[in-house]
Amino acid sequence: MTNAEIGYAPASDEKVAEDRKRRMDKARQARTRERVKLNLIRLLMIGGFFALWEFASGRLIAPFFISAPSAIFRRLGGWIWSGDIFYHMGITATEACAGLLLGSVFGIVVGTILGRRPFLARLLDPIITTFYSLPKVALAPLFILWIGIGMDMKITFTAAIVFFLVFLNTYTGVRNVSRELISILYLMGANEMQVLRRVVLPSAITWVFAGLRISVPYSLIGAIVGELMASNKGLGALLVRAQGEFDTAGVFAALVAIMVLAVIFNTAVRLLERRLMPWKSAEQELEGAV
Amino acid sequence: MVSAQPAGFGHDTRHELIRFENVSKTFELSDRTVRAVENVNLSVARGEFVVLVGPSGCGKSTLLNMAAGLFHPTSGEVYYNGSLVDGYNLKTGYMTQNDHLLPWRDVVGNISTPLEIRGLARGTREARVEQLIDLVGLQGFERSYPSQLSGGMRKRTALARLLAYDPETLLLDEPFAALDAQLRLNMQIELLRISRSLNKTILFVTHDLDEAVALSDRSVVFSPRPGHIRHIADTPLPRDRNLTTLRHDPLYTRMTAELWDLIMPTLQETRGEAS
Ligand SMILES: Nc1ncnc2c1ncn2[C@@H]1O[C@H](COP(=O)(O)OP(=O)(O)O)[C@@H](O)[C@H]1O
Ligand SMILES: [Mg+2]
Repeated sequence: MTNAEIGYAPASDEKVAEDRKRRMDKARQARTRERVKLNLIRLLMIGGFFALWEFASGRLIAPFFISAPSAIFRRLGGWIWSGDIFYHMGITATEACAGLLLGSVFGIVVGTILGRRPFLARLLDPIITTFYSLPKVALAPLFILWIGIGMDMKITFTAAIVFFLVFLNTYTGVRNVSRELISILYLMGANEMQVLRRVVLPSAITWVFAGLRISVPYSLIGAIVGELMASNKGLGALLVRAQGEFDTAGVFAALVAIMVLAVIFNTAVRLLERRLMPWKSAEQELEGAV
Repeated sequence: MVSAQPAGFGHDTRHELIRFENVSKTFELSDRTVRAVENVNLSVARGEFVVLVGPSGCGKSTLLNMAAGLFHPTSGEVYYNGSLVDGYNLKTGYMTQNDHLLPWRDVVGNISTPLEIRGLARGTREARVEQLIDLVGLQGFERSYPSQLSGGMRKRTALARLLAYDPETLLLDEPFAALDAQLRLNMQIELLRISRSLNKTILFVTHDLDEAVALSDRSVVFSPRPGHIRHIADTPLPRDRNLTTLRHDPLYTRMTAELWDLIMPTLQETRGEAS
């Protein structure tokens, strides 16, 4: 018997979906409008802050302490002109990126294995907890002894920091995968690899990205702390040099460069997230629709 | 019509596909022991549509899980096609009230998952998925994610996925419970049509006695927990039945009333118990 024969078409069902689509379009428009408004207000706030800063510099507070926006931009301009800034940014970005990549690959692999092997996880739990509670910055001297003061030291150091963050999140994510979903796939005849690829990893990926997002600032911390301790190149080294020369504008300019790098990293992770989890954007658009 | 022991169709052991033999299942929790089912003996024939009804918590889902090999009985055995069920029973497919679609895959992706697992070529897969989408009436929603679908559409996607891997036996655990009456009727008609034409064996759990009579060849009535079989009733309707006119059939009305009389006392026994 077909739908037509019994005089029933699933129209209500499709209408519900269409309605939902329409509401989503409307919600999207409202969000765009709000974004424009937010950006305008932000621009005004930042402009006001810089104007105040410029005014205060030399009049209320000595430039030695706070420099001035104009001086900072001049310094940045100089570094851009000479290309210096790109060199140092490139060094720091490479260290942070490589450390982030290395640390998260290890974190994802180990987190997935332990997540799927509860016995191993219980076995290693006290060891992992101990290492996790150790402030990773304290490991830097050890890495310097082992690896020296080159870029590979900063990469290893950064990877060590990132590893724990991504590992713990991946582990939690893998442990939280719906057991029913896994059973249903096994009943379809799936093997462990197929279950991993089709259920466990996609399900854990939300957690993995949560780990990656908190790792971005830490990867920069890793690279820059490494450079502060021992280096003559990279944004950390630039910072140390400016400070040594009592060049407040230079210190601020280096900080600006670090911020720019952080923003670029964050954006990259967010774009990757959106690309790898298209279903998430679909879910987010449902806001307001019940 | 109602007899205390298995009769007719299901009794012919030559066609037997699933057999529960003195099956009991006990869950040991940290603070207490739950006796879910006790001494269940049931034989299901190939191609038969058996409905399990009974108060909630009496172990209906547990029995389905044991048929699928997800749980081991604490005592007794479950046989499938003559051999002991031990580990995932790949001859069975599962569908529950919670449709368990993969949220990260769209309708096409969900339906083709079992085909990918089986290793079918892309072309074959796409053709088969298209067929199934037509069958369950989801044209136009191929690229929607489960979160973008209504409850009925999700259910239809789950049914299409189940049919995609074409298991011999369907284990359906209150699959239509969350649907409105019209959609449920539509799904029931589809299910009955498909199960007959593909000669599926079906174990179907429901709370709805109308649904039990409308779909079943036999209804198995369970006592409250620890669940054991209280009655098995043959459904006196032809296998080829029209669900839309069923309500005018006096046989149907009588059978529903009989089941109701069987279930009523058990409902009163469990009243006030939350599970
Ligand atoms: N995996 C499990 N662990 C512990 N107890 C369970 C488990 N599955 C079911 N139970 C218990 O077994 C009893 C029967 O459950 P179930 O088979 O789901 O009943 P029904 O499907 O008939 O409502 C319930 O008391 C339930 O709490
Ligand atoms: Mg149940």
